[in-house]
Order: sequence, then structure tokens, then C-alpha cells
Amino acid sequence: MGLKQNLHNLKEKYKGKKIAPLFNGFHTFLYLPNETTHGGTHIKAADDLKRTMNTVIMALVPCLLFGMFNAGYQHHLATGEVERITGFFSGNFWNLSNLWIGAIKVLPLVIVSYVVGLAIEFVFCIIKGHEIEEGYLVTGMLVPLIVPVDLPLWMLAVAVAFGVVIGKEVFGGTGMNILNPALTIRAFLFFAYPTWMSGDKVWVHDAVNRAGTADAISGETILGSYAQNQEVAYTMFEKFFGFIPGSVGETSAFLILLGAAFLIFTKIGSWRIIVSTFFGAAVMGLIFNAVASNGIITDTSKFYGLMSAPWYDHLIIGGLAFGAVYMATDPVTASQTNKGKIIYGFLIGFISIMIRVFNPAYPEGVFLAILLMNVFAPTIDHYVVQGNVKKRLKRLQAKTA
Amino acid sequence: MGLLSKKDAKLITDPLADNNPITIQVLGICSALAITAELKASIVMSISVLFVLGVGNVVISLMRNIIPSKIRIIVQLIVVAALVIIVDQVLKAFAYELSKTLSVFVGLIITNCIIMGRFEAFALGNGPWRSFLDGIGNALGYAVILIIVGFFRELLGSGTLLGFKVLGDPIEKTGLYAIGYENNGFMLLSPMALIVVGIIIWVQRSRNTALIED
Repeated sequence: MGLKQNLHNLKEKYKGKKIAPLFNGFHTFLYLPNETTHGGTHIKAADDLKRTMNTVIMALVPCLLFGMFNAGYQHHLATGEVERITGFFSGNFWNLSNLWIGAIKVLPLVIVSYVVGLAIEFVFCIIKGHEIEEGYLVTGMLVPLIVPVDLPLWMLAVAVAFGVVIGKEVFGGTGMNILNPALTIRAFLFFAYPTWMSGDKVWVHDAVNRAGTADAISGETILGSYAQNQEVAYTMFEKFFGFIPGSVGETSAFLILLGAAFLIFTKIGSWRIIVSTFFGAAVMGLIFNAVASNGIITDTSKFYGLMSAPWYDHLIIGGLAFGAVYMATDPVTASQTNKGKIIYGFLIGFISIMIRVFNPAYPEGVFLAILLMNVFAPTIDHYVVQGNVKKRLKRLQAKTA
Repeated sequence: MGLLSKKDAKLITDPLADNNPITIQVLGICSALAITAELKASIVMSISVLFVLGVGNVVISLMRNIIPSKIRIIVQLIVVAALVIIVDQVLKAFAYELSKTLSVFVGLIITNCIIMGRFEAFALGNGPWRSFLDGIGNALGYAVILIIVGFFRELLGSGTLLGFKVLGDPIEKTGLYAIGYENNGFMLLSPMALIVVGIIIWVQRSRNTALIED
């Protein structure tokens, strides 16, 4: 008797009991249920919620793998054990010792994120007595990719519990949430444990432990260097392909764009949001560049470094690309109308760069901008729909008059 | 209850739970968010409101038949303002540090919706004894929530209770901090107070489903 039959028997045994959704959930996750209809006409669509979620996870896997290698590479680079690489397929990057460090640091983050998040989902679905919702599948994969590699696991667990309960379950579960749960988790971590989420130590494995000793290593991000008006020592190649310090999975603009192409091709992610987010960020970047180059602020200003950073730099460093492709496109929290999506995306990009430059404590603002626009998404939709209603009313009046 | 009749006792017990001014009527939220980062401040604030609301309700109730209804709000404001100034001066004289922590929020007791609400809804239509009980009851209901919120915010945010380091010393790394625990800075920010109040409302309404609107 296989696992499938076992699950089916358990399902029958506990039918009507509160625990039943648990087995149902596992059953449908792993197998085709026994009680699907055969023959006859009914609507057939391959892209149910689980398929959608799995597609996004597939798009995230390259970022995760790259993030593991990068975690090891950044550590070894900072300790001076390896040379800086110049080519994408360099053996200094793609080797087992890098992967090993990445695996022992990143996999626990993934596991904690999934175990805590899914446990809470299960508890809530048993209390509410409905089927298990798959909403956490993507969130659970996003969360480890947007936190620093050395984040203590218990902090992640607390934050995941907070994000899933307050960010999602209190609003009624998957599909009812106002804020993106993954970003709610990150925002919680950022405000609750700022010393672990910002600064020049947390982005490279082991930099925190070694601080103040003879073996001290730096883990400054590019944005951090810009914010302190320092020279940025990374080449365009390293920035674009992501051989830079940062949160686990967001450094490689190249792989994120590959993921974006995949999401747009499968029609899971909205190209309108992705494109307009990059466009909005570029516009804000150009405005700041103009301010800096026209001498409106001088290099004594503490905003000068970030303002004078070339606008295309803003698009590929920091979390903007990751936010635009994987976070802003979340279909639940984004605007629903086509025109609304463009406005929504544009404002995310625009505000991201604005917060990034003016945030005194932390030179990044993508997650704050997306959370802010999540709140405004229904308002944008409302006005887009009202605008359309007005236009049609006018057309009707013109016709009847 | 030998001392109080059943009807009078209800005036005190009702606001503690099923008709709580903060969680059910959603009044007095501002001060509940602003000063609950420390348990001590919460307690002092609660006592201040207890005094102002208890005495104020009696004064208004005594004057209720001679206040012209057109200017009653002004009269009520004068009564609250007088009482609040007393509280403020007492705090400044005997607990100066604390009065600095509470800063403008002592003065803002004047605008605390619970107080004007009880004057309008109860003291203007009831005798002084019942008004006194109502004032005490509502102030205690307010106090319960403030102290619960203050307890969790101070414990999780600073690791202390009333200033005592109950979880160990974060700098010396003793107690819980020795195993890597850290204070949750979010707890010290006002948004978290709103979330804690929200969680209290959630717990209360899921225990007593009759309280859920629509």
C-alpha cells in the first residue's frame, strides 16, 4: 500500500474531524486526488493556485542557488582566501567550499521559514475548519532570500510567526491579505532587530562574530558605501551578475531578470508592474542625478553619494530588481486593473529610490515602498475603475444627446 | 456584594470586560499607544485617569441640573482641565522624571475621549454615587488594557518590568541574553502598541462571540 493510499485512508478515517484538512492538504499537494470527476464537460485550467505558486518557486530557485554560492564566496573573499573573480564561470565562485558555507547558512533559513510558516497555516486551517491554503509556499521561499545570511534563526521564526498571523491570517488568510506577508516579515525584522538587519557587518557570513578582533572583515554593501560618500570598488560586471554582498538571494540582477522573463512568459507575473517599477526607479534616479550634477547639493551633503550614483546603478544594486520582479507582482496585494498596475509599479520604483536616498539610518527602501503601495493599491484600482465608468457615461451621453 | 447593589456593581464590572472603553468602544486609543512603552508610565497614567474620571464624574453629576445644555461642553472641559492641572502639578512635584516621560500626555487627558464620553453619556443623567462608580469602572477598564499593553511592551521591548531587569542584562549578557536573546525594538514603537491592542481585541472577541459586530 503506497503513501497515496495511506493518505486516502487517513482522509476517509478523519472525514468531518477538525484535523481532516491536514491530510487533504498533503494528499492534493503530492498526488491527484481519487475523487476527481471523469468525463463530462467542465472547465479545465492547469494554473490553479498550487501550479501558480510552484511556477514562482521555480523562478526563485536560481536566485537561491546563486545566493548559496555567493554567501560562501563573499565570506572567502572578505577573509582573503580567494581572489576577486572576473568571469561568470570562474572556479573561485562555483566551488564546493563556497556552496558548503552557503548550504549550512541558507538551508536552515529556508527550513525554519517553511516549518514555522506552514505550522501556523495548519493550525489556523484546523481552527477555522477549512482546507489548507497554499499561500505560504511562495512566501516561505521569498523570506530566506531577503534576509542577511547571518540572521539568527529564532529571530526569523518570531518574524515569520508575526508576519503570517498579523500580516495574513487576521485578514482571513491567503488571498485576503492587504500587505505582502514576506515583506511584513522583513519589516518586522528590520524594526525589531535593526542591528541584525542593517549596517556594514551583517551582509557577509561571520563578519559580526569577528568584529573588533584582529580577523575583522567588512561586509559593507554597495549602497552602504554610497551612503557614506565612499568610492565603490565593484565593477559593473560584478554588480549586474551579483558577485556583491547583500541579502541572500537578491544580489544577482541577471538571474532575477531571467526569473522575470520566465514569470512573464508563463503569465504569472505582470510585465506592466515589473517594467513600470524599473521605469519609476529610473526616473527618480535621473532626477537625483540632475540635482547632484547641477550643483544644487554639494559633495559635503550626506545625500550626495547616493544622489550622484548613476541612475542605472540604482536599478541593479540593492533589492530593487528582486522587489520589482517577485514582490511587487504578488497578485493579491498589487493593483488589479491594467492601468492601475502601471501606476502602482511606477510609484513603487519612484518611492523606493526616494526612500533609499533620504533614509538616514539605512540606505534601502524597496520593501517600505512596496508595503506602502500595497496599502494604496485598492485606492488606485478604485479611481481607475471610476475613471472608466465616467468615460463610458460620457460616451453614453454623447450618443443619446 | 453587600456593599453595592447588583445594578451598581455592574457599573464597575461591565467596563472591565464586555464594555471596555478601549477594546469595545475604541476610545482613548491615543494615550494607550503613546505612553505604554513602560509599565510604570502606564500605571501612573491609569491612576491619573482614575482620579480625573472618578472626581470629574461626581462634579458633573452634582452640577447636572444647573448646567445650561448649550454650554455644557465648555463646563465639562473646565472641570476636566482643573482636575488635570492638579494631577500635572502633583506629578511634577513628586515624580518629576515620570512627568517628563509622560510629557504632554498628562495634559492630553483633557482630550481623552473616555472622559468626555462618560460625562456626556452617564454623569449628566445620573446621581453622584452611581456616576462615581461609573467613573471608577471605566477608568479601571482603561487601566487594565494600559497595564496589559505596558507589561508586554516593556517586557519584550526593553527586557525589564518597572525598571527591573527581569530577563537579565543585555550588555553583560546574563540571563536570557546569554543564549542569544535580544530585545525586540519594534515593541518600543507606537505601531506595535496598536497591534498589541488589536491582539487583545481579537482574543476578547473570540472568547465572547456576542461582542462581534455585524
